[in-house]
Amino acid sequence: MKLRLMVNGESRETEVREGESLLYVLRERLGLFGSKNACEQGECGSCSVYLDGELVCACLVLAGQAEGSEVVTVEGLSEGERLHPVQEAFLEAGAVQCGFCTPGLIVAAHDLLSRNSEPTEAEVREALAGNLCRCTGYEKILTAVQMAAETTP
Amino acid sequence: MRPYKYVRAQDVDGAVATLAEAPNAAFLAGGTNLVDLMKLEVMTPDMLVDVRRLTSDRVEGLDDGGLRIGAAVPNSVLAADHKIRSRYPALSQALLAGASGQLRNLATTGGNLLQHTRCVYWQDVTTPCNKREPGSGCSAIEGHNKNHAILGASEHCVATHPSDMAVAMAALDAFINVQGPEGERRIPIEELHRLPGDEPQRDTTLQHGELITSVDLPPVEFFSNSKYRKVRERASYAFALVSVAAALDIEDGIVGDVRIALGGVAHKPWRATKAEEALRGEPASEANFRAAADIELEDAQPLRDNAFKVPLARNVITRTLLDLSEEGR
Ligand SMILES: Cc1cc2nc3c(=O)[nH]c(=O)nc-3n(C[C@H](O)[C@H](O)[C@H](O)COP(=O)(O)OP(=O)(O)OC[C@H]3O[C@@H](n4cnc5c(N)ncnc54)[C@H](O)[C@@H]3O)c2cc1C
Ligand code: FES
Ligand code: FES
Repeated sequence: MKLRLMVNGESRETEVREGESLLYVLRERLGLFGSKNACEQGECGSCSVYLDGELVCACLVLAGQAEGSEVVTVEGLSEGERLHPVQEAFLEAGAVQCGFCTPGLIVAAHDLLSRNSEPTEAEVREALAGNLCRCTGYEKILTAVQMAAETTP
Repeated sequence: MRPYKYVRAQDVDGAVATLAEAPNAAFLAGGTNLVDLMKLEVMTPDMLVDVRRLTSDRVEGLDDGGLRIGAAVPNSVLAADHKIRSRYPALSQALLAGASGQLRNLATTGGNLLQHTRCVYWQDVTTPCNKREPGSGCSAIEGHNKNHAILGASEHCVATHPSDMAVAMAALDAFINVQGPEGERRIPIEELHRLPGDEPQRDTTLQHGELITSVDLPPVEFFSNSKYRKVRERASYAFALVSVAAALDIEDGIVGDVRIALGGVAHKPWRATKAEEALRGEPASEANFRAAADIELEDAQPLRDNAFKVPLARNVITRTLLDLSEEGR
């Protein structure tokens, strides 16, 4: 079937098989490798993207369900070479080790800060509960989000 | 994942009619449970009928003063609804205690009610499970059963129902509106989910092709004094070991009316009617709360790994009612 999507502000059209996930479409059909496929079961959040403005796990959305939708991936957060303040903060704080969880965490942190510009530590922990990281122990991720909160306009 | 057909129906009638003619088809809403189970090949429908855009996605007032929640209302939207937060706080708290932000944005009211058990044996197609394959045996009875039922289980199945939202709805006397091949019906939530008995493959009393269209909450004033408390193995993002939803009406220190439902203990949200009965008209005291919890838990039959759930449930019931009696004064 043919699938039409707005991805990071661009209208895209691609042939998909029924039963593919939105994550598969983004990575394998559209060449956007930012969103990661780790658990593919909704548990780790590494595939977090915006679907019609809502933060979701792209691995659990079927391609057909996304027809006509607007998708923003981690690639859509920076402006050209200029990183988004959340991305800058992750680099600055050293919140990235293997990097597998990073794109999902950045989109989730972006979502949190767009709703709550001054989150408490407890609010950050709760908002990022659906994003698992196996390397950093989370401390530097929390630091990065607090830094981003201070620098995000 | 096995191949299947994906279809979007035009309306509720069309969706119901399509399923009625396809014995192996299933409704698809948020997909957060069904798609996961299809990847594991625990569920293998040959057709998915997408109903997410068919039913209402709004919370609306009813003539009797209650609220109607459309089956497509996302869990995140329902949790944030101000009418729910002020008049039925236990429901909002239960939703926020479940899953993650990403999942609550996708998950719907109808799908949450009908989500399937998290029993590890049901999710593992290499092990026997009477729910997945009737007659093959229950691996949990002799296996790892820390997360399993202590109330209402059978020799065929000891799985629990995992929904937090449904526990709150059970305490709040919700009604489920359903449309099926034979028309519409309205089911008290108590009669939606069932105990396993000798048919553990049936989670609910719904027939194939029956679609949940909405959920009604009755206009009961003291439901504004309600609360959801969930105990899990970490502070967030885990299913309940034991949870309780309760609402308490208290006047001059006496329990006028009360609702209690438990999660994590049975094949369905467990309405604690014996405890409720024991409390009506009695002084709202810690001793009475504890005694009522004990009456409810008298019939508990813990398994090898989950005896802790009995004192845990007793404590959580007692603590929650104490909180409500202080707040409700
Ligand atoms: C990692 C993870 C953690 C989770 N943690 C929790 C938790 O802590 N607490 C909790 O309560 N839940 C938790 N969940 C479960 C989550 O709440 C459910 O997956 C979700 O509510 C299901 O809703 P859905 O709309 O996505 O349903 P779907 O997956 O689309 O459907 C679920 C079932 O309902 C049927 N169905 C859907 N809509 C209808 C309808 N209108 N009428 C008839 N049948 C219908 C489908 O056929 C399917 O069998 C978790 C899930 C994941 C993946
Ligand atoms: S890959 Fe989607 S949540 Fe893990
Ligand atoms: S940096 Fe490796 S998983 Fe998070």
